[in-house]
Amino acid sequence: MASIDTIKEDLHHGHHDEHHDDHHGDKYQSSFFTTYLFSQDHKMIAKQFLITGMFWAVIGGLMSLVFRLQLGFPAENYTWLKAVLGKWIEVNPETGVGSLAPEFYYALVTMHGTILVFFVLTAGLSGTFSNLLIPLQVGARDMASPFLNMLSYWFFFLAGLVMFLSLFLNTGPFSGGWTAYPPLSILHQASDGSKAGATLWIMSLVLFVVSVLLGGINYITTVLNMRTKGMGMFRLPLTIWAFFVTAVLGLLSFPVLASGFFMVIFDRSLDTSFFLNEIFVNGEALTDRVGGSAILYQHLFWFLGHPEVYIIILPAMGIVSEVLSVHARKPIFGYRAMVFSILAIGVLSFIVWAHHMFMAGINPFMANIFVLFTLIIAVPSAVKVFNWIATLWGGSIRFNSAMLFAIGFVSLFISGGLTGIFLGNAALDIPLHDTYFVVAHFHIVMGVAAFFGMFAGVYHWFPRMYGRFMNEALGKIHFWGTMIGSYVIFWPMHYLGLAGVPRRYYNWDSFDAFNQFDDLNKFITIGAIITFGFQLVFVLNFFWSIFRGRKQEEQNPWGASTLEWTAPVEHIHGNWPGEIPAVHRWAYDYGKDGREVILQTEPLGPGEKDSDAH
Amino acid sequence: MGFLLGLLCVVLIGLIVIQIGRVSELATQIRGARESQLATNQFHSVFGMVFMAVFMLASVVSAIYYAPSSLYHGPVVSASEHGSAIDFLFDTTLFFTGIIFVLCHILLFYFAWRYRERENTKAIFWAHNNKLEMIWMGIPAVVMTFLVIQGIYTWNNTMTDVPANWVLGKDYIEIEGTGQQFAWILRHPGVDNQLGSRDFRKIDNANNPLGLDWTDKRNHDDFMPDVMYLPVNMPVRVRITSKDVLHNFYLPQHRVKMDAVPGMPTYFIFKPTITTDEMRQKLSKEKEWQEPYKGDPEKKRWEMFDYELACAELCGKGHYSMRRVIKIVTMEEYLKWLGEQKTYYNPENALSAQ
Repeated sequence: MASIDTIKEDLHHGHHDEHHDDHHGDKYQSSFFTTYLFSQDHKMIAKQFLITGMFWAVIGGLMSLVFRLQLGFPAENYTWLKAVLGKWIEVNPETGVGSLAPEFYYALVTMHGTILVFFVLTAGLSGTFSNLLIPLQVGARDMASPFLNMLSYWFFFLAGLVMFLSLFLNTGPFSGGWTAYPPLSILHQASDGSKAGATLWIMSLVLFVVSVLLGGINYITTVLNMRTKGMGMFRLPLTIWAFFVTAVLGLLSFPVLASGFFMVIFDRSLDTSFFLNEIFVNGEALTDRVGGSAILYQHLFWFLGHPEVYIIILPAMGIVSEVLSVHARKPIFGYRAMVFSILAIGVLSFIVWAHHMFMAGINPFMANIFVLFTLIIAVPSAVKVFNWIATLWGGSIRFNSAMLFAIGFVSLFISGGLTGIFLGNAALDIPLHDTYFVVAHFHIVMGVAAFFGMFAGVYHWFPRMYGRFMNEALGKIHFWGTMIGSYVIFWPMHYLGLAGVPRRYYNWDSFDAFNQFDDLNKFITIGAIITFGFQLVFVLNFFWSIFRGRKQEEQNPWGASTLEWTAPVEHIHGNWPGEIPAVHRWAYDYGKDGREVILQTEPLGPGEKDSDAH
Repeated sequence: MGFLLGLLCVVLIGLIVIQIGRVSELATQIRGARESQLATNQFHSVFGMVFMAVFMLASVVSAIYYAPSSLYHGPVVSASEHGSAIDFLFDTTLFFTGIIFVLCHILLFYFAWRYRERENTKAIFWAHNNKLEMIWMGIPAVVMTFLVIQGIYTWNNTMTDVPANWVLGKDYIEIEGTGQQFAWILRHPGVDNQLGSRDFRKIDNANNPLGLDWTDKRNHDDFMPDVMYLPVNMPVRVRITSKDVLHNFYLPQHRVKMDAVPGMPTYFIFKPTITTDEMRQKLSKEKEWQEPYKGDPEKKRWEMFDYELACAELCGKGHYSMRRVIKIVTMEEYLKWLGEQKTYYNPENALSAQ
């Protein structure tokens, strides 16, 4: 019989649980199906999220190339694309020139946004790394509920499946923009994409919300309840803090989105009028669809939509903090300030949503409050940037692919974050709203930057996932191609935006003010195609390295202090053979007392002060 | 055939990429892991510095190059009164963010290079410094406070509705812009300066596209011109509405932008300060505006300059084509034009509609 004390310890820390010792062929991993498909092991689920995310990234990227071709070279003959796009390439019977149908252009833009924001940068980023790292870095056998965790992936898969099917509808996929503003997303008379395409789009995203909630509740529970002995909240690596706050944001905001979607479904199918009022469409006045407000939806949408951009960027920030610190061989500068800025960003993200709606017809007085809170976010963001830069100072920086992507992330976050100061100021939003300036801003700061965080994470933790390394030379080619390419694509868009060029235009020919930028648009398109090519180098490197990459021989190849590197190279169910290691110090003892790294598991020496003790 | 060739090319490039990867790994083995890591550190930290220098230079040079095409530092200046306040806010923001942008990039890539791992380098142990962190939390906080105050001041000056003591027709005029898939319908209130009431149930695309209520006498002199004329230096309140889905009433040069929401009229008030002719004269002195006009190569760009109304909220497949021209003219020209317009009201149609 265990003493009462041990039982207590078990309850609080899961410290002495040794019932997972039989690594191979336990009842959870006995067949192909339970190992690779319906796995409940967080490490396998992480890989599932990552590879599914990569699939969607390629699809979403290819879509952007098609609409970039339209924007850069609208007069070219695209009959050759008929093989893939079929009737959406309309061939002029007289000239024989095939061009992209406007409906499909808008469908591509919509799908690109939806796929990248939700499937790649939410599921692919936070799904992958929360799953991989939370149990390994807090010292847990697995997630609190491995079963819910498995469901989380399969709901995501199902969401993807429904979205993928919608691409092949006769009336085309949804084309009302990734924000799906009503009445356009409700009135099937107003757009072909708002017919079956919109139904499937909403179904897909409702499934996706279920996936996020199942994942999020797991991440939160695991971080709060399953930390190993000695792992206080302020000893957590910043990755875990980021994933934790991300999960909280998701849990609080995604249900609001779902409620908005349900109201759209009611308006679409049950003739309610939550978002409709005084509409005359297609020769008919919808006389019994009155009393709703289109703006209500925007509030519901952006109440998710704004936290969503932090759901995307916080995990990337966490990963970058970790990677910068490990490869600079220095503690992250200002650990507590970093934690508090993550928390501050998380809290503020809930009270800034209406900055997406300054020009939507909200009461102008309301904008004052939202300007204030929006610009306040610049303060914790600036603190993070300065702390990252200070982390480099005095380091002994090892330049590998992961580190390069982390440095690249900081550059992108600076460039893209600063333009947010323009857009967050309501008065400046008058000329800039819905122009290419916005496109440049959010692609750099949350699109490409989050991708860079993801790449840094993949290169850094690839050995932890597959027991092999990715190829460094190819990683660096990938890095410089992407770094230069991203700025080549998105930097010029600022100039389009400053000239007033609106986004979501199929072409600008009819406007004298906007049709002066043919060369710039060609330049951007060529940049996009080349940059996409560099991503294929990554995909190739990734899959090649899974099977042929250099084998991981040392258990802790980067000399990192965190727990995931104390687990054996070989993946075992339950992560550690024998006892879960206990933690005695914070996660950033690099270069302390002349030693390159002190693992979190090493007890404090006699007279040694905890580095983070304030 | 072409498709196959393309596929072959991709496969070949893929094979080459894999070979590069394998050769590099062999080279690392021959050279020794430590040795090649140090060489890599040297190369990529220097390349980072080069990248940073080129990036900073390119961003400044391209900004100067594209300044003339921008709405802020080009010959097409702000054409409305509130616009110059917005432009000033733009410049202030650009000033602060520009400094931070350049400074942070220099530090980021300089530190990365300066502290690259070499023989015998050792990282220092430096975990935090409260004083430093207070400073770099304080500076952005102060700058943001400044920008928030200037921003809110500019916003409220721009967005406040017309003061109660302004007289319609004397102190300001009111017009209406209605979005529909895919065109703007502009309505002028006519000589009584008053827009009559509307009812979406009375809309009839052939005879009454806005659903004007003919029992409302104020409607009898209203008209819907193809090109809207507005007098210079007279505040205009645009009543913005939509018939079907969301649209956005967007006048780039006037810094006007506001969503058109079905069932909920919005507004935007602006005071045009430069007539179309004055702007053309101004542009006639600019080099870039001497180029031939795209729609008609006989003409030069400046001769064809017009203030354009666009849609800036995705409204369906024709979103990109909702162009209208707004002419800003002198008061005399405006009154002359007004005198030439015929009202839309047609007693016979109106009677049959009732």
